[in-house]
Amino acid sequence: MTIKASLLTCAAIACLAGGASAETLRWGAARDINSLDPYSYGSTFTISFLNHVYEGLVRYNDKLEIEPALATEWEVLEGNVWRFKLREGVKFHDGAEFTADDVVASLTRVSHPDSPLRGNLPAYVSSVKVDDYTVDITVNGTYPLLLNDLTNIHMFDAGWLTEHKAEVPTDVAKKVEGYPTFNANGTGPFIVESRVPDSKTVLVVNEGWWDTPKHNLTRIEFTPIASDATRVAALLSGEIDFTEKAPIQDLPRLAETPTVKVLEGSELRTIMFGFTFADTLSNGQPNLFKDKKMREAVAAAIDLELIQKKVMRGKSRLAGTVVAPAIPGYDAALDTPTAYDPDKAAALIKEMGAEGYEFEIVCANDVWLNEEEICNAMVSMLTRAGLKPILSIGPNAVQQIKQTNGEADMFSFGWANEPMLDSYSILLQVFHSKTDNAGVFNWGGWVYPDLDKLVDAAATELDREKRLEMQAEALKIVKDELIMLPFHQQPMAWATSDKVEAVVQLSDNKGRHWMTRMAE
Amino acid sequence: MIVFLVKRLANAALVMLAVALMAFLIFRFVGDPVQLMVNEQTTQAEKDALREGLGLNDPVAVQFLRFVGNAVQGDFGVSYRNQQEVMSLIAERLPATIELVLLATIISLVVGVPLGVITAIHRGTWYSEGLQFLSIIGVSLPSFVIGILLILVFSVMLNVSPAFGRGEVVSIGWWTTGLLTPSGRAALILPSVALSLYQITLVMRLVRAEMMEVLRSDFIKFARARGVPRWRVYYVHALRNCLMPVVTMTAMNIGSLIAFALITETVFQWPGMGMLFIQAVTFVDIPVMAAYLCIVSFIFVALNTLVDITYALIDPRLRTARG
Repeated sequence: MTIKASLLTCAAIACLAGGASAETLRWGAARDINSLDPYSYGSTFTISFLNHVYEGLVRYNDKLEIEPALATEWEVLEGNVWRFKLREGVKFHDGAEFTADDVVASLTRVSHPDSPLRGNLPAYVSSVKVDDYTVDITVNGTYPLLLNDLTNIHMFDAGWLTEHKAEVPTDVAKKVEGYPTFNANGTGPFIVESRVPDSKTVLVVNEGWWDTPKHNLTRIEFTPIASDATRVAALLSGEIDFTEKAPIQDLPRLAETPTVKVLEGSELRTIMFGFTFADTLSNGQPNLFKDKKMREAVAAAIDLELIQKKVMRGKSRLAGTVVAPAIPGYDAALDTPTAYDPDKAAALIKEMGAEGYEFEIVCANDVWLNEEEICNAMVSMLTRAGLKPILSIGPNAVQQIKQTNGEADMFSFGWANEPMLDSYSILLQVFHSKTDNAGVFNWGGWVYPDLDKLVDAAATELDREKRLEMQAEALKIVKDELIMLPFHQQPMAWATSDKVEAVVQLSDNKGRHWMTRMAE
Repeated sequence: MIVFLVKRLANAALVMLAVALMAFLIFRFVGDPVQLMVNEQTTQAEKDALREGLGLNDPVAVQFLRFVGNAVQGDFGVSYRNQQEVMSLIAERLPATIELVLLATIISLVVGVPLGVITAIHRGTWYSEGLQFLSIIGVSLPSFVIGILLILVFSVMLNVSPAFGRGEVVSIGWWTTGLLTPSGRAALILPSVALSLYQITLVMRLVRAEMMEVLRSDFIKFARARGVPRWRVYYVHALRNCLMPVVTMTAMNIGSLIAFALITETVFQWPGMGMLFIQAVTFVDIPVMAAYLCIVSFIFVALNTLVDITYALIDPRLRTARG
């Protein structure tokens, strides 16, 4: 009986797939999503995929500007209370109405002490339902970036959460599975039809979506294909229509294929190198990197253009400042890459008495694009300049322990300012001195009181222009003091089959298929 | 016999414990799962709380005892990456791997045995030597190269076979199978061929060696003298006498095929246990890694113990001499 029933279901699914294949987008991704629960933990990729199913109060448009989504308007009542008017007539996939109760339940769930996503909404204190379509959100003080944070907080249905006993997020430590890990009920443009982890997740179009669809898809078949070579093969043989990760080394080949289109751009993520500011290095020597001259010497000894040309195959974007142009707070005046000047480097090293100075560079081989090659190139450049760098390379899971414990003399670093999309993110988390909730990624242990003051002031400045001015000033300190040496923005490359007419590719490297059109 | 059995089983249990302990010691060096579970906005206090909650701050001995205690009851915890019970994760993946391994084993026997016989009876001919040479390539080419080669030829150039995945599957109870749908069968071919290639050459060489041994024995000469047809002598009388070691080796090798499948599965995005393990390693998903290692070593130990016991049943001398 079971066999028969399954066979029938199977046949039905096959029928559906056959009938609507013209508008089916087959997405071959480099990795699977972790869970169907957007609050499972802070994976940018998982959240961006689930954005097809769930939505937040606000969202980014095709120019990366914040626009209304489930909330239609908002105002700041007092310094720390925000009032949101909700969109009326929005329905969840199971037919339930979207109301203020759902917002309160979702915010309560995401800010629960066990929630891994709590960090994405750092200023949240509480929320109150005013009427069915009005919610007041209280934050801990004046906080300008609430909207940015809310773009990534997806809305659940309160009734659905209660019914399935999922009011609190899944806690791995308590060894319980959560219903939303395997099921989804959002308001978004697509509905989850089925999911088999690591093999296939199928979305079908939500006919009752509140917004006018720009896409013409009826179905998305999402398949993770971890191996680069297999993913390229699947694209060449026409088994997938879209991938958000086309391997850089295969781009020329893909571009030559008439049935494949390649879309290239540069990501938000900036790759940079930092130094420890501790008194001694990991080998016990006194730390010369605390002296700005030594950092200048290293910067002058590295030929960024050569790395860009040879290691990155000309695909990366050279950076002079630690944030990408699309990030608010970016200042074009700061964005001139440090010039390669071996004579200056040699002179500075001599002045510091640092000939043959031995230190360790800690890099990972599985995080950033061509990181191992970048680090190797850097080691030979610094050796030529008269220093004695030793490369430590390994998987990120191992290397990051050294880096966070401050045991790395010099280290690679990448920051995309996700999910906030504002330079406040890097200033607070990386360049601010280490305090309770700032400077978590301040691996070198640097302290710049002027910079701290600017960042703290920006934290409570509601006037966007003024705030961004302060942040730009703080970024100037970062640049002038060479706290970290920016290298480049990573290239990103998508590829589609010729069945895909248009996809929207923004510098945050997220697939937004509610704007994708297939050729008819 | 009972003493022998008890000894064998105790032995097996000890090996399992040793594997679990080694796995646990290795995990100390694979990295910190907490770093991978949090995002850029997480504060240090939240990270510390998460680490404490997962029990990662306890001494290794405590963590190990807790793990063994739970594992004995079949509880391997919840995956950090998928937030799903590890046992159900593995149960979901197990059918895919078993199906792949069994098909690869069948292919290796169906192809390997006749090839072995042919190279044994026609030794010295050009095609026999050619097959011998090809078999060296089969042994020495790494399986990911074979996998990619197969994909390039059959998926990209000829476009006759899917490059990845398992196709449409049908579930029978908790078991899922791709054998009952056309797309499922099509998807099985390339990965099982890639996986079986090494095994084919192994079977072929073993059969060849055994055949040459048997062909020299008296009963074959007698059969030939009596005028029994040649094919009957080779494929019935001689072959039957060299199958015992082949069957033993095949059974024992199922364990290593499951382990080998890891690479094949990664290349073909085959949703089996090996895939799960590789992903768990990159994510430092300790519960999944521990469970996988335990289950695979359990399969090895169980097969070995089974073979030992069968041998002891067949050959009474082993019960006292080696037991």
